[in-house]
This record gives sequence, C-alpha cells and structure tokens, in this order.
Amino acid sequence: MGYEISLLTVMGISIIGSLSLNLITGFCGQVSLGHIAFVGIGAYTASLLTKAAVPFFAALAAGMLVAGIFGVVVGFASLRVRHDFLAITTMGVNFVFLGVVRQQEWLGGELGVSSIPDPGFGKVGFLLVVSAGVLLVVLLSLQIRRSWMGYAFEAIAGDEDTARMLGLDVARYKLIAFALGTALAGLAGGLYAHHVRFIYPDSFAFVESITLLAMVVVGGNGSIWGVMLASALLSVLPQWFQFIDDYKLLLYGGLLFAVMRFSPGGLAGIAQRWMPQGPKPLVAKEGG
Amino acid sequence: MSLLEIRDVSVRFGGVHALEQVSLHLNPGELLGLIGPNGAGKTTMLRVITGVVRANEGVVRLKDKLLNALPTHLRVRLGLGFAQQLVRPFKEMTLLENVALAVGCQHTRHPWRSILKTGRKPELSEAREWLAKVGIADAADALPTEVPLGFLKRLEVARALAMRPRMLLLDEPLAGLNQAEASAFSNILVELNRGGQTILLIEHNLAEVRRICSRLVVLDNGRKLDEGTPDAVLENPAVQEAYIGQGTVHAGN
Repeated sequence: MGYEISLLTVMGISIIGSLSLNLITGFCGQVSLGHIAFVGIGAYTASLLTKAAVPFFAALAAGMLVAGIFGVVVGFASLRVRHDFLAITTMGVNFVFLGVVRQQEWLGGELGVSSIPDPGFGKVGFLLVVSAGVLLVVLLSLQIRRSWMGYAFEAIAGDEDTARMLGLDVARYKLIAFALGTALAGLAGGLYAHHVRFIYPDSFAFVESITLLAMVVVGGNGSIWGVMLASALLSVLPQWFQFIDDYKLLLYGGLLFAVMRFSPGGLAGIAQRWMPQGPKPLVAKEGG
Repeated sequence: MSLLEIRDVSVRFGGVHALEQVSLHLNPGELLGLIGPNGAGKTTMLRVITGVVRANEGVVRLKDKLLNALPTHLRVRLGLGFAQQLVRPFKEMTLLENVALAVGCQHTRHPWRSILKTGRKPELSEAREWLAKVGIADAADALPTEVPLGFLKRLEVARALAMRPRMLLLDEPLAGLNQAEASAFSNILVELNRGGQTILLIEHNLAEVRRICSRLVVLDNGRKLDEGTPDAVLENPAVQEAYIGQGTVHAGN
C-alpha cells in the first residue's frame, strides 16, 4: 500500500509540474526547455527553510515566491527573444541553475540537501496535501482558460504583433504567465523535496526539463486533461520499468519528436479525432 | 482641429532618408488617401503612426495626445485602428473569435484583472454584427485557413472596427484582390466613411483611390510631393512623372 501511495504522490507532483509548464508553453506559447530549474529553486528554498525550523507551509510558500521571482527575471528575457532563441535561453537557465547549485557549499554542493524534515502528515496525509496542490493548479488552469486572460494568452501564442494591434499589453501578459507558471513549479519542487526528503543537483538535470516538456507535448500543448493524463503515464512508467529510466532522455526525446511529427495535438488531438463533436473541429490544428 | 497630425516627421535608416520633413493631417470624418510609387515612404509613414518605427524628428499627434514615445498597444487604446496589408489573423481562432477578442478589448486591458472576467456571449454576438458589416457573416465559424484572401482582408477591417477606433488606418487593403473584389471592398469603405468613420487609406490602386477618397497626399522619395483633391493631384504633371518614372501609372496594385 505504501508503494501505491508513494506512486500517486509522485504522479500528483508531476501533474503540478507539467501543468505549471503548460501555463507558459501551452497557454501563452512561450517555449521553455529549462522548467525544472524552477522546480529546483522551489525545492532548495523550501527544504533549506524547513531545515531551519520554518513551518512546512510557510517554507512551501517561500519556495513558490522565490521560484516566481526568478521566473519573472527569465520572463524578461522572453520579451527580447522568441521561439527557438527563447528555447535556447531557457535551456541555458537550467544549466546555470545546475552550475550554481553544484558549486555552492551552503546549498550542499554535489551532495545536495539531505535529512529534510518530515512534514509530519504521514504518507496519506502528504498525498492529500499534494492532491490539494493538484486541485489548486487544475482550478487555476481552468479559470485562466475560460477567462479573458486565457483568450489573451491564446492570441499572444498565435501572433504577438497582431495581439499588440488589438491593444494587448503583450509584455505584461507574458510576465504573468512566467510568474504563475514558475511559482507553481516552485510548489512542485517544495512538495517533491519533502516527499523524497533528499535532493541533489541531478534531481533537476536537463533530462527532467525534457520530461516535463514531453508531458505537456504528449498530452497536447494547452490541453489541461491531456497534460494530466500524459503526466500520470510518463511519471509512473520509469518507476515500473527500469529500462525506461535508463533510457529516459532518448525515449522522451524520441516521443517528443514523434508527437510533433505525427500528432501535433498530442493525446488531446487524438481524442478530438475520435470525438468530432468536441468544441473545436480537428481542422483547428491544421496549418498552424 | 485635425484628428491625426503629423508634423515635419523625418526617419533615417543609417544614411538613408526614408522620410524627410513630411507633414500631413487627417480631419474627423475624412477618407484620406496616402499614395505614392514604390519606395516613396508610405510604409515607413504607416510604421511611424503604428509605432513600429520611431521618428527621428517631428511630431505625431492624435487629437491632443502626443504619440511619439508610446508603444503600439497604447496607441491602439487611444483610438488608432489598424488593418494590415499582410493579413495576420489568429489562425487557431474562428473569424468570429478573432473579432470578439477585439470587441472585448476593455476586458483585456488590465492583465491581472482579466482572469476574473469570464463569459464571451455578448462579445461574440456583437462580433457577428461587425462581420455582417463587412459582408462575411456567413463565414463567422470558419477558420482563417479555410477562407479566401478577400475574406481575411475584410476580417482585418472588422477586427479593427470592433475596437471602435477614432481613425482607421488601412494598409493596401485592395492588394491581391481582383477588380470586382476591390471595388466591392471600396464600397464597404465608402459606407463606413458615410457612417462617420474617419479613414486613412494607403493604397496603390489609383482607380479606386480616385473614386472613393475625398483628399489625397502623395509621397515620393520620402518627401511630400502634392496634396489636394484626387482629380487635381492625379492631373499634376509632377505626380504623373513620379509614377511614370516607375512605369506603374495605371497599375492595379
């Protein structure tokens, strides 16, 4: 039973992480190849704080705040570069994060942070905390999607210059997407750190950014339910099959490529093909 | 008082003078045509007005507001409506959704507050009226990839109109249309103008410009060559010379 609960907890944390990336990449159209860095920032911040006897939820909030602040800084970069250049910039953020963390004594260097305190909810209790986090992120995503913020994000993802012609403050919207997305990544990080109770730089390696992106793209860029399903699958598969864990980068990279090439709409796109009465016709995906 | 005032505007790209000391104004209710041969500086003038290019010298003013230092989206909020030459629809949205976003522009004005505003029904039904106004209501639920260029040109105009601009700036809306489409489109512009819409039209199609504009401004080599009623301007030997020099005096587009 403990194993299943742990599996569900990991799944929930993955969903928070991938939905947070979905806000930036799926909703607002800003590619990020370094999202795990913000998960890492949240994880380090929260765990160092609880080790300094700060209450768990306060530490979690602080992790979100610090990740969100760094997210806005990176968001400013997104105002200057677009598309593939943004992808390279954000990839760089991941490596800068790793480079800094590995060298800093007070962050534990290569050895990372160990004996992170148990928040004391028990395994089931912690799963409930994670579930509440998932619920929060899903509700936020749904609200954005149905609000005019989502409408504006959709426009910016489609064509920034035209969005400006409609009076949209494109820069502010992008910064909001980065702020929200990276703060929620920080939440995923704080939860992760207190689940495994031991973090080190490799927990936030580039391959983990690719994993998050694979969850978003395989699920269907921008689709809340698709991304949740893909995250659930891709987070447990490596736990069930050792060889998937060994070949993660190859496998997820290949998966990313295959989905982009053969079904750009991801799982959500495939589902739509089988349910043509959905809100948007399949042709929506053509040509774009 | 003129609605749009451009005074002594100069734009230089390196050593090239794209515009030199050009002045023009647009009166409320007017349908002004801005014409000139290729390379005359029309597009640069458009970009100075939209804010994509900043003037090195001179003044760009809308009513009493100085626009020079403002980014595009703030100029739009002050009442400039743009329809671009190369159509840029949001491809993942239907024509109706494209326009509804413009109708609800006050909901997206404050980014943080926009998350609290839900529901699009009133905006969608108003958007349908704008599409009807430019004659493409039948294609409301189609995607931009499914309709011909003429529809997309009209979509650009409907989207700009939906923001209820004080002035509408059109960049070669007739380019790429055949004669029948072009004259149908021009008639829509005349209709809008009669309804009180102020329009600045940048256009290559001299026949249509002559037919619908109340006044013309001619640019050539970055300078203002002439200004006046269409007949007077187009009879001006200097204007004809500028066009003949390019061999495009009667070019359709």
